[in-house]
Amino acid sequence: MKKLLIVDDEPNIVMSLEYAFQKQGYQVFIARDGSEAMVIMKREHPDLVVLDIMMPQVDGYETIKQIKSDSAFAKAKVIFLSAKSRPEDIEKGLALGADSYFTKPFSVKKLIAEVNQLISI
Amino acid sequence: MPNYAIILVIIGYLMLLFGIGIWADHKSGSRWVHNPWVYALSLAVYCSAWTYYGSVGIAATSGVSFLTTYLGPVIALPLWIVVLKRIVVLSKQYQVSSIADFISLRYGNDRSIGAVVTIICVVAVFPYIALQLKAVSETFDILSSGADNNFALTDSTFYIAILLAIFAALFGTKTTDASQGRSGLMFTVAVESVLKLMFFLIIGIYATFYLFDGTTDIYNQISALDGFETLATFENMEASVNWYFMIALSFFAIFLLPRQFQVSVVENTSTAYLKKASWVFPLYLLLFNVFVIFIAWAGKLVLSSDVNPDYYTLYLPLEHGHKLLGLMVFLGGLSSVISMVVVSALALSTMVSNNLIIPYGFLKVLNKSNPESNANAIKNIRRIAIFILIIGAYFFYINFNIELSLFSIGLIAFVIIAQLAPAFFIGLFWNRGSATAAKMGILAGSIITFYTLALPFITDVFIEGSSFTTAGPNGIELLKPYALFGLDFMPPVTHAFFWSMVFNVMFYLIFSVLRKGNYRERNYAEMVVNASSIGELEENAFVWRGEAYKSEIEKVLIRFLGEKNTARALKIFYRKYDIDPHQEEADARLVNFSEKILTGSIGAASAKLMIGQVVKEQPVSLPEVLKVLEENKETISANKQLQQQSYDLKRVTERLKEANLALIEKDQQKDEFLDTVAHELKTPTASIRAASEVLADADDMPPELVQKFLNNIVNDADRLTILISNILDLEKLSSGREIMDKKEYLLKNTLDKAIDGIYQLALKKGVNIEVGEVSNLTLIYDEDRILQVFTNLLSNSIKFVPEETGTIKIDAKLKTDHIIMTFEDNGKGVPKEDMQYIFEKFYQSNNQNIKKPIGSGMGLAISRHIIESHDGSITIDPEFEKGARFILTLKTAGL
Repeated sequence: MKKLLIVDDEPNIVMSLEYAFQKQGYQVFIARDGSEAMVIMKREHPDLVVLDIMMPQVDGYETIKQIKSDSAFAKAKVIFLSAKSRPEDIEKGLALGADSYFTKPFSVKKLIAEVNQLISI
Repeated sequence: MPNYAIILVIIGYLMLLFGIGIWADHKSGSRWVHNPWVYALSLAVYCSAWTYYGSVGIAATSGVSFLTTYLGPVIALPLWIVVLKRIVVLSKQYQVSSIADFISLRYGNDRSIGAVVTIICVVAVFPYIALQLKAVSETFDILSSGADNNFALTDSTFYIAILLAIFAALFGTKTTDASQGRSGLMFTVAVESVLKLMFFLIIGIYATFYLFDGTTDIYNQISALDGFETLATFENMEASVNWYFMIALSFFAIFLLPRQFQVSVVENTSTAYLKKASWVFPLYLLLFNVFVIFIAWAGKLVLSSDVNPDYYTLYLPLEHGHKLLGLMVFLGGLSSVISMVVVSALALSTMVSNNLIIPYGFLKVLNKSNPESNANAIKNIRRIAIFILIIGAYFFYINFNIELSLFSIGLIAFVIIAQLAPAFFIGLFWNRGSATAAKMGILAGSIITFYTLALPFITDVFIEGSSFTTAGPNGIELLKPYALFGLDFMPPVTHAFFWSMVFNVMFYLIFSVLRKGNYRERNYAEMVVNASSIGELEENAFVWRGEAYKSEIEKVLIRFLGEKNTARALKIFYRKYDIDPHQEEADARLVNFSEKILTGSIGAASAKLMIGQVVKEQPVSLPEVLKVLEENKETISANKQLQQQSYDLKRVTERLKEANLALIEKDQQKDEFLDTVAHELKTPTASIRAASEVLADADDMPPELVQKFLNNIVNDADRLTILISNILDLEKLSSGREIMDKKEYLLKNTLDKAIDGIYQLALKKGVNIEVGEVSNLTLIYDEDRILQVFTNLLSNSIKFVPEETGTIKIDAKLKTDHIIMTFEDNGKGVPKEDMQYIFEKFYQSNNQNIKKPIGSGMGLAISRHIIESHDGSITIDPEFEKGARFILTLKTAGL
């Protein structure tokens, strides 16, 4: 069973994603910000991380830097899921090593399709 | 006396004058030729045949009014010397060669005004020359007592005219530079002045002491005659007025008559000579008039009444058989004619060539040919002009057989010449006078002169029984030429002089005030009017902007001066101003210098045109430049003020810079806020969307989970609504469109409502709310809005205080005209660096990536706007460190 980590401080969104991905057969973990996320990363080594950017304490940029700098997480895919939608935001996100970038509001179906595609390779 | 004898004497006399002229030219450097006496005596060219013969005639018929012509210059002497000195200095500086040149110089070397002046002068002087020839002819006839023969070839006057023309051409056109002195000619004029005065005094003494026993004897005899009183006194007011005008007229003439300008200005070699002239010339005029009245009386007593009184001086000795004395008188008259005709013709020829022919058309021819033929062409124009003027005047006299007396023609000439007076005199002292105005004035004055003097004369002579003079044109009385607008007590000449001057001056002033001259005109006006101060400035620093090349200017100079003279002139110029001769760009000084040295040869207007062809000028007016210089002076004294201003300016600049930075920051904050707003709007939207999608695709979802998702959707929709209304609220408040519904309220009631509103929230988090002394405070405010502020502050505090131990304290204190409320909590507080921003519209944390629990970031901004709408204030206490403490002031009602 593939492991998926959702990092977002917005409980309602997290709830929807948790339900949708569990239904797809993923083992879903939840973190409310970057520091929580890193704890789960080290413990569970998820295959993919859905990462929000604007969060209290440690934000999404800091989190992906930590993930990418640790070779233990080399295989982990990262999808940014953020309300920041300017082209330079997207560029910055991809430049930091994200595999994909979704802007809020987003289509749950498309996100599921993207996750499936990234992990099945 | 036989004709041939007289002719021989005349030829002999002329030869003598030629000889003297040639001798003086050879000795042109010596003190014999150049001295103040020669200058002073040459001024006596003023005394023409009109004086020599006409004064006696007028004294015999009209009494003492002949004196005006000579008293004018004497009375106005101090003014004359002062003004003349100025004109001489200016004329030397600008190589002025005639009165036309001078006036055109004053009006910016205006070509057309030079031409107008020339035409006026020719019109005035041409009949005047004819008059002189008439005097020669008539006296010749009296002397020879032979048959009158008007056929030119047998009339001796014709030959005399030709001799005069040759004389003038020979001595007057030796050099092309018309502004250069003609010492030979001037010396002969001076000699002639001595001779004519001497001869006139001799005949006066002869008449008074030989024919009678002195002045008393003549007086006793003449006073016995009928009607004597009218001859010796001014019988009434009209005559006195007349007298004043005649004096003014002759004063103008002494400046403006071309021959007078020629001898007094153009031929002047040193301003020091003016000192001697200032007493010699008036003395000369007085001496000339001493015996006039006695000769006139003697003539009246001795000669029959049909004898022309103009020639009493000649008839008196002839009547007594003193033929040699008669011949001497004739030669005296001839002397006055020669000087007048020669100098007038010379002056006019220079004007005609320099101000009429060369600038209008002939300039093109000159431009192309070589220097030698240019010089010859100019000389030839002048020679031909001299011949045409003198011979033409002769035929004028023969064919028109002038009916008027010597005196009247002289006066008419004066009136015409006087038309130049406003342009000349006012222009000397008033820099505003413009070329257009000068031309309009001259034109208006000339038309009046023509209408009041020439036209009635023509109609009276040529139209039999015309009623033009007696009844006016078409019987309009007001337009009667001798009594224009009902002015009927003046004699025609005075009348014409009066009205023409009135119109001339009026037009000159009106047009000068109405239309300013162009920059060039103003420059020259300034130079003439402020001659003394600008004298040195002119060539050195005359401000001029333009483009010119030395070689181009040099080419023009060579064309007129020849290669040698040009090279010499430029060498002097370069040495004088220490300029590198190889410099190709010409500056203002070279342009001015070149114009000046060309002016002598071809006149100011033409020189300007010639140089203008190779110079591209851009307008800078001298008065403007002077103004700048003047301001510079003031600047030095106002330095302190300037420093202060510069300091002030610096401060303003700094403030502007700060303001600009603040603006830029505000702009950035706005952008950031919009991003935040977008983010805040997108988050609940994303949440609603995700939940809806999940619900749509979940047939097997348990009902309680479905309910949970649906609740989430409702909550997010509420969040969105609040967010949107906050944004709109803030927008309304900050733009001032929101009108506060202010009424009197008890503060405690409002505060209680606010606490009620958040009570559940506080209870849930276990927050304790303490309210201090608030009771009985009544204020005027919009309760809904103040409630909003309180709620915002309270819910903020609830968000930040710790659970269970959180405390909020509210207090209110009454001051003189306001209350101070405090809201303090034991939460985490606001970072010091953020304190100044929290009330700003669009404020969110600088670190956008971190979502702040403060929410929309608009609550405090909205609160601030509301409080300010109530003339109050809201601040955060920077000293309070245990949490956050907001301080709120509100005006009390009617206390």
